[in-house]
Amino acid sequence: MNMFEGADYFDVESLLSEEEVLIRNSVREFVSKEIIPVIETHYRNGTFPIELVPKMAELGLLGITFPEKYSCANLNYVSYGLINQELERGDSGIRSFVSVQSSLVMYPIFVFGSDEQKNKWLPLLGKGEKIGCFGLTEPDYGSNPGGMLTKAEKVDGGFHLNGAKMWITNGTIADVAVVWAKLGGAVRGFLVEKEFKGFSAPEMKGKHSLRASVTSELIFDNVFIPEENLLPKTEGLKNALMCLNQARYSIAWGVVGSMMTCYDTALSYAKTRIQFSKPIAAYQLTQDKLVYMISEITKAQLLNLQLGRLKDKGNAKHYQVSLAKRNNCEKALEMAHISREILGANGITDEYPVMRHAANLESVKTYEGTHEMHTLIIGENITGISAFE
Amino acid sequence: MKIAVCVSHVPDTATKVKIGEDGKSIDPNGVTYVINPYDEYAVEEALKTKEKIGDDSEVIIITLGSDISKESIRKALAMGADKGVLLKEDNQRDSFGIAKALAEEIKSQGCELVFCGKQSVDYDNSIIGQLIAELLGYSCVTVVVELTIDVNKLTAEREIEGGKEIVESELPAVITTQKGLNEPRYASLKGIMTAKKKTIEEKPAVDSINLTEVLRMHLPPSKQTGRILGTDKSAVPELVKLLREEAKVL
Repeated sequence: MNMFEGADYFDVESLLSEEEVLIRNSVREFVSKEIIPVIETHYRNGTFPIELVPKMAELGLLGITFPEKYSCANLNYVSYGLINQELERGDSGIRSFVSVQSSLVMYPIFVFGSDEQKNKWLPLLGKGEKIGCFGLTEPDYGSNPGGMLTKAEKVDGGFHLNGAKMWITNGTIADVAVVWAKLGGAVRGFLVEKEFKGFSAPEMKGKHSLRASVTSELIFDNVFIPEENLLPKTEGLKNALMCLNQARYSIAWGVVGSMMTCYDTALSYAKTRIQFSKPIAAYQLTQDKLVYMISEITKAQLLNLQLGRLKDKGNAKHYQVSLAKRNNCEKALEMAHISREILGANGITDEYPVMRHAANLESVKTYEGTHEMHTLIIGENITGISAFE
Repeated sequence: MKIAVCVSHVPDTATKVKIGEDGKSIDPNGVTYVINPYDEYAVEEALKTKEKIGDDSEVIIITLGSDISKESIRKALAMGADKGVLLKEDNQRDSFGIAKALAEEIKSQGCELVFCGKQSVDYDNSIIGQLIAELLGYSCVTVVVELTIDVNKLTAEREIEGGKEIVESELPAVITTQKGLNEPRYASLKGIMTAKKKTIEEKPAVDSINLTEVLRMHLPPSKQTGRILGTDKSAVPELVKLLREEAKVL
């Protein structure tokens, strides 16, 4: 089969271990055979390919950084980055599913959960037998989650939860939601299970982006949460932000997959599309676009790899994650636009993946901290002055 | 039971090959190598057979080639094979020379069942499985698309021109695998990590003569540009004449 070769102008592969290369190749093959053939139809129909979940679980893509005793692969963060990169070459929606399950559901249970919660949920989530979602954002509190209105109240044997969340990936298909709510003034995490009375998760319709991904509202109408479903080690909003940092890391890698496929599509199109008796790749204006693309891809790859190595040593700082997320998402969206330009009118059809990626990346640039918020996080770090608090 | 799978490390079919300076081998620069696609069916079938007949059986991957061939062994181990053997050889061998070394290793490992891809996509000789069977005195069923193995007997469905043939054979046997036999599994992330702990034994391939010698390689002639004879029906007589006399297809 015609294996996707990626784009590797600086032999970044030589900086990967043999296992990391094998992992990347295995996921790359999976994406070529299982995701790309079905994704355009799902995207057009606005459906998430849920039939892929058991296959992704079998491959070991869910919660790969967690220990073997929870049925996970116990791999490093560079490997986690690489699988996100490959998945997003397929579609941002599929990568979002894996990011949410791993970074926003399994991670908080692993870090803030009790042993009982870990033993119960992590194997089920890792095997894809249960699906999770993460509820932080609210209709009126996006960049400013600390203002959230969702509240938990202590009652006998547990809590009563009231409020609503919005823009929640996987919400409608989730068996368990990690929900952040104020309990006596402090933000705490709760495991809200699908069947709890008063909990509903209607799907949000009308999206022009991430159409192959489920996005939902979560509504809590006096939902009783038993005591044992409070994540005991959560203390405040910073715990929710720790989860976001994990997800942002996976996004920084993921969007490089989008960049690679947009570049690859544009390059092969430019070499075969003849105008004025020459391939359009022969024109300086096209070469300028292609060179810009490969330059930005190369920079993003090196940025990610160093971030991953820092993360594997436990040294990655949140502002470094912000820089990678901010830079790579902005460049990926720009790459998708340039690729569309090179493809001319053909670029708008679903014969080519670039318009889908462009539409997806509008969300990816915005979720898990908008481009602007990441600017201010880095700005605060380098100046010592917060521009938003 | 010990099950051998012979695996070949070949250029990806999408690679544009160039001929090396000696004029009789492929220039390896810039070539992406992969596990021979037909060998993936062989690995999968061996693993399925092992799963069916029980855990005391062992799947051994045997490859002849240079160090880079270890990549394909590693992939087969990540899919679930138990151990690998690399028969080291840096020089080009013909099919007989390869089969001879593989057969020796299969014999010394004591494998009763051998899977090979029906052909390697590099040289396309489609003969390694048959040679191994002949050298070892095993029975051989080629181009297999369905296989059932009972204690010492196998039933195989094989592709023949315009139809299918059902064959029964006793073990020991060599099976060559065709597309459609199964759907090869992906190397799972856990499989890849487990494969790290599995051994690849390396030893020199036993000496063998080559029975054939490559004298020269050349690429197929590049496509000639088309000719437009005309744009209306007046061009038809000329077209028919050329199809008959020049292209000789009528």
